[in-house]
Amino acid sequence: MRILAMDSSGLVASVALVEEENLLAEYTMNLKKTHSETLLPMIDAIVELTGIDLSGIDAIAVSAGPGSFTGLRIGSATAKGLGFALKKPLISVPTLEGMAYHFVESDRLICPMMDARRKQVYTAIYRFVDGELTTVMEGCACSVEELIRKVNELNQEIIFLGDGAAMAREMLEEGVRVEHRYAPLHMNRQRASAVGARAFDLYKKGKTQTAAEHAPVYFRKSQAERELEAKGKHLASDSVSRAH
Amino acid sequence: MEKNKKDIRILAIETSCDETAAAVVQNGREVLSNVIYTQIKLHTVFGGVVPEIASRKHIEKINPVIETALSEAGVTLDEIDAVAVTYGPGLVGALLVGVAEAKAIAYGARKALIGVHHIEGHISANYIEHKELEPPFLCLVASGGHSHLVLVKDYGVYEIIGRTRDDAAGEAFDKVARAIGLGYPGGPKVDKLAREGNRHAITFPRAKIMDHPDDFSFSGLKSAVLNYLNQCQMKGIEVNRADVAASFQQAVIDVLTEHTIDAAKRIGVDKVAIAGGVASNSSLRSQMKEACTRRRIRFYHPSPVYCTDNAAMIGTAAYYEYIKGVRHGWDLNAIANLKIGERR
Repeated sequence: MRILAMDSSGLVASVALVEEENLLAEYTMNLKKTHSETLLPMIDAIVELTGIDLSGIDAIAVSAGPGSFTGLRIGSATAKGLGFALKKPLISVPTLEGMAYHFVESDRLICPMMDARRKQVYTAIYRFVDGELTTVMEGCACSVEELIRKVNELNQEIIFLGDGAAMAREMLEEGVRVEHRYAPLHMNRQRASAVGARAFDLYKKGKTQTAAEHAPVYFRKSQAERELEAKGKHLASDSVSRAH
Repeated sequence: MEKNKKDIRILAIETSCDETAAAVVQNGREVLSNVIYTQIKLHTVFGGVVPEIASRKHIEKINPVIETALSEAGVTLDEIDAVAVTYGPGLVGALLVGVAEAKAIAYGARKALIGVHHIEGHISANYIEHKELEPPFLCLVASGGHSHLVLVKDYGVYEIIGRTRDDAAGEAFDKVARAIGLGYPGGPKVDKLAREGNRHAITFPRAKIMDHPDDFSFSGLKSAVLNYLNQCQMKGIEVNRADVAASFQQAVIDVLTEHTIDAAKRIGVDKVAIAGGVASNSSLRSQMKEACTRRRIRFYHPSPVYCTDNAAMIGTAAYYEYIKGVRHGWDLNAIANLKIGERR
């Protein structure tokens, strides 16, 4: 069984082709380049170099959020287009869970943190119990202060990773009262191989979607919508027109 | 649908603003399907398009819209020769949804990829219902975001003759509509109300740019309307909104028509077309037709459904690129300010 996995939720663009217990190929870039220009060429490079035909894969996994709104949509649309063309199911992998999978055999708490701007991070706290991911703190957008409070309250050894951890390093050093570590360079950002590993577990649980069903999970409403709701109003419902 | 071996079928995708659209076009001018999911209602409450909300809606709707376009055309993805997509100009976040989706479909299904300029698509909409229309011709493009006079020298070869110096024509419609309480989108609402008003009731200015007779300017006109409304309010005079709508619209139409006809005469083309959302304005159509007839110029305009954003026009424009051998790579990006005639 083979899965094509991708992550474009943040600055990193990453693509991997994984088999059960085997990473066949991975291409990861952490540069300020637009995902629109890199993601599909990276997929193409893997296909070209491995000689593996995508029509033979079983599913397409995509890091589905939270993250940069535009980045998520580039990954999502790429997965939806491939899923439609290749007639393959999609696996929607929560970005923070994919990141936590770097430490799948650790007995520490795992805390992925993504820079969410506006002085917040997208974060969650997980623990692996017998290799199974369990949620200690649900994914959310919160301030670093709130996260530190929660970490101290849990009072257990913890690993921080993600560009949010890098951004908030000083605050963490100052505020965190428990034994903590930071992920090493090869495990401190999003990587498609980890997304693929998480996808296998979700696939076995039957958690697949059709290409049409899939959409990113943003964790945040658009600014315009938040302002609208502050005035007590809501968005109008759908309207479809067809013309010929 | 029976396919002749020589038939070229293009699946086209358009997501540059607030319409999620897909179409299948055969041999450039035969529209097999044209599906549009419009978000207008969603944005009305904001008085204009909110880019992030538009982008989110695009990603939700794009696959169902594409699937419907193929099924209504009665063709499978296998029977498609190329995938075309608008890659600019437009809202970059919105464009990116269509671009990423189109690239992935073309890649996965091993089809050619063709990026299309949104305005070149609007111009090409004229080919759909006028099978005899061929370049060269002069095209007035007027919409919420654009006002251009474009000389179509050949398929895919464009020269910009005139452009707006400030507001687009459609933008002026939207702003005036808001000022007289009609709401968004302004074009069709002003057009409708204007029918009940006197277009000679108020004299609004018609701007001319010194030394650049083909360029447009609508911000002075918009300000004149706002000033008029203010003065009426200050003097306690009740405003006849229909007269304001009719007089404002007439000023826009006079400018658009005069500039287009003058340029056509000077350049020496005997065909004039209009395109873009404002091209569905009923008074613009009739006045332009009259002016063209008087000067023995043939006049072309698309049906309203091909004036507003749609993917069929993208498929038509893409066809002429396709037969020239134009193909885009997997690194195709959305370009928010792509220029007419520019190839990247």
